[in-house]
Amino acid sequence: MRTVFKTSYDADINLFRHRAQAGWYALLALLAGLLPWLVNVFWLGEATNMLIWAIAGMGLMVLVGQTGQASLGHAAFLAVGCYANVLYQQKLGLPFILSFPLGGLTAALAGVLVAIPTARLHGLYLAIATLAISILVDDLIVLSAPLTNGVQGLYAPPISIFGLTIDRYGNPYLFYWVVLVVAVLVVLLYRNILRTPLGRAFAAVRDSEVSAKAMGVNVAKAKAVSFGISAGITGLAGALMGHFAGIFNNETFNLLISIQLLLMIVIGGLGSIHGAFFGAIVVAILPQAIALARDAVTGALGVSSIAIPGLETAIFGAILIVFILFEPAGIYGRWVKIRTYFELFPFYRRDMFRRQRSYLRTERMR
Amino acid sequence: MDVLQLVVSGLANGCVYGLIALGFVLIYKATEAVNFAQGDFMMLGAFVCLGLTNAQFLGLPFWLAAPLAILIMGAFGYGLEVVVIRRMFGQPQVAVVILTIALGFVLRFVAGLIWGNQPVSLESPIAGRDVRFGGVVLGLDEVMVISVTVLLTVLLYFYFNRTRLGVAMQAASQNQLAAYYMGIPVKRLNSLVWALSGMVAAVAGILFASKGSIEPSIGLLGIKAFAAAVIGGFGSLPGALLGGIIIGLIEPFSARYIAAGYSQVMAYLLLFLILVFRPHGILAQIHSKKV
Amino acid sequence: MTALLELEEVTLRFGGVTAVDKVSFSVEEGEVFALVGPNGAGKSTLFNLVSRFYDPAEGDIRFRGESILKRAPHEIARLGIARTFQNIELFEQATVLQNLLVGRQRHRRGNLVSEMLFTPFVRAEERRHREAVEKVIDFLDLQAHREQYIAGLPYGVRKVVELGRALAIEPTLLLLDEPASGLSVEETQDVAFWIEDIKTQMGITVLMVEHDMHLVASVCDRVLALADGKMLALGTPREVQGHPRVIEAYIGAHGRSKVMA
Repeated sequence: MRTVFKTSYDADINLFRHRAQAGWYALLALLAGLLPWLVNVFWLGEATNMLIWAIAGMGLMVLVGQTGQASLGHAAFLAVGCYANVLYQQKLGLPFILSFPLGGLTAALAGVLVAIPTARLHGLYLAIATLAISILVDDLIVLSAPLTNGVQGLYAPPISIFGLTIDRYGNPYLFYWVVLVVAVLVVLLYRNILRTPLGRAFAAVRDSEVSAKAMGVNVAKAKAVSFGISAGITGLAGALMGHFAGIFNNETFNLLISIQLLLMIVIGGLGSIHGAFFGAIVVAILPQAIALARDAVTGALGVSSIAIPGLETAIFGAILIVFILFEPAGIYGRWVKIRTYFELFPFYRRDMFRRQRSYLRTERMR
Repeated sequence: MDVLQLVVSGLANGCVYGLIALGFVLIYKATEAVNFAQGDFMMLGAFVCLGLTNAQFLGLPFWLAAPLAILIMGAFGYGLEVVVIRRMFGQPQVAVVILTIALGFVLRFVAGLIWGNQPVSLESPIAGRDVRFGGVVLGLDEVMVISVTVLLTVLLYFYFNRTRLGVAMQAASQNQLAAYYMGIPVKRLNSLVWALSGMVAAVAGILFASKGSIEPSIGLLGIKAFAAAVIGGFGSLPGALLGGIIIGLIEPFSARYIAAGYSQVMAYLLLFLILVFRPHGILAQIHSKKV
Repeated sequence: MTALLELEEVTLRFGGVTAVDKVSFSVEEGEVFALVGPNGAGKSTLFNLVSRFYDPAEGDIRFRGESILKRAPHEIARLGIARTFQNIELFEQATVLQNLLVGRQRHRRGNLVSEMLFTPFVRAEERRHREAVEKVIDFLDLQAHREQYIAGLPYGVRKVVELGRALAIEPTLLLLDEPASGLSVEETQDVAFWIEDIKTQMGITVLMVEHDMHLVASVCDRVLALADGKMLALGTPREVQGHPRVIEAYIGAHGRSKVMA
């Protein structure tokens, strides 16, 4: 087990606790950068999809994991970011390099607008409000058909940066690298939030609004900022999703996507950046895993199996149920436990990570 | 006449939402947990009854199949609580919400596996018949829905407020630890509440199925029922019914008098407005935390 | 000389119950002032009034001569008033260090964009905050618990962290809500020493609610006794303990108790 000897406060402020950790992440970054040459085009596309979901997951994680505000409606912000990005390019003729961040900002603004009326809502009620928003945005897209082309949807043009045309099918390498760069930038942004008073204010709002106020945190403002940042990041993911899918309409961003996003970060591990990535990996590879399993079953039993509708969501749901029951900390939580086991070997104590039980006590008063 | 037709069918739909919402509120009142799979419970209830009574399955007489389905769903609710929900004891409220959402996915899939994903009709004696009230023609199914819902709401309201079991359930939700100390078998009561909720859902499902065809995705009605419960006041049984009726009436009227696409929008817009201005719903139960 | 904190005829009602009834007192700068009384006397309610969680129905509350009744709860820390909570409202999913750092919100100088980009200025600020928090950790001997999560800490340590978090604000006025409740004899002695040091070394004025009369008698300059929201007696600990109305509120109309000697 490594002992870290700290000689300055910077050791706690820096991104990496020690050089070895930085080394591992550098290796990861290198592998990620070299991925186009390591795997075939199909899997590169899957990796790109995974990264986009990870970005969306990080967006939701800022709100749910760090600030403790529930959201069952983040697909709405995916939609805002996506439509804004494409409409800025189509109607205003803006280049991608401008429309992309502007799309994110538009989504961020939408997030702040949602936060203001819902500032007094907590937990369940906030979740319902965001659920209502998700459904309303879905309907709004259809109703504003003159602008959004309603149910028929819009085509996303290929990304064009400084004259270089990047299309998902034509230039998969470049497309992957664009998404990778955005993902890395979002990770850096998230880490920065975590190590500054901004992130700490969010955590304070999550754990105890009352004492956060007593410490000088403007809770309503913190919630609005958190919603804004969360929606903004999710909006960026939405814009990338639009380019990745090539064509999209209101159905692409329906309620089930919102729910899937939330379930995804719970499976991955609530409250950590790793959680967003792990969850995204599950979402991205699940269809392939099912297909592989089905092939294996067909091959082994000699029986042909037809595609069963809803199998994917059902298995996703089953995975989540298993995690919630047996490992509420998600994949990342289990990973931390395994890693700690090996770090402390043979002194690992089984109940090191035992949760505090809390007995139910209602806050309703008739 | 036309308006009356809208009102009655709106009321009937509203009562179905209300019944599902009742299921939500039952569980919430007793355990402060939110069962997002309540709509899928309703769907299951409808399909179980279908599986018992339809000719291509078991073909039992309806008057046997319906109570049997209700009992089965009660057992299902009880079993679910014992096997799955009970393990969530001590975890935050959000976890149960997420769990039940996932559960809904699984239930929808299983129903599709067993009974197929094509719309089917329940062979119910209520379906398709009419009732005459002095010159006014109403569907028997609609009348049944409304009357059963009102009856159930009244019964459940009295159950919670007057009977020992009901009060014990409320106590368990207000302060679990204290309830334990008072000798209340909290876990068994929780299972009972889920059983009750399952039965109410089954009733909703059977009544809904009598009005038209069903398929596994009707569970998604649960979301609207959820909105109804919130509008009426989450935690209030009459509120659940009230919310359901409001939504049930808004839908056809906004579709008729505004535009077709607006029926959904109105319901959720109302929900959002209520959340912003009166979050605890119309028949609110007050919240506050003492420090 | 204006007192640091003044309450004037403050009244608060919850429905039909009058929680606080025309309470007036002032806390001078540099003193340690205690609010005592049986449960339900309105002591924590007064704290919540000063913290602006409640609005008084009547009366005024002034800090440094200015009324604070128009202020929002989160502005109180900025004025220099810090408080602890009776039922410990720490941030459970954070470490002790992170909890203390939240107390530095009052001294935050970065803005949204610079923090997201982590500019060198923000880095320097982080170091500054950490240094300030370390002083509090040294004062309260919390070094061993720096990186531990609140959820796993024993009650006594949590109480200390609660105090530390309030101190990290660098307040002028410190409101302590039952600082010794649930603590052992040794821990209560530590609290007494700390309050002494807070008063003499840090020059912070302390207003505390407390039931432990030994602690009150040993550290406090003045005491206000309350019962059922009304003032009973104001004076030094000895004066208040011997006051007939106070004895009556605690014990009953007849006789003195050995406990109060």
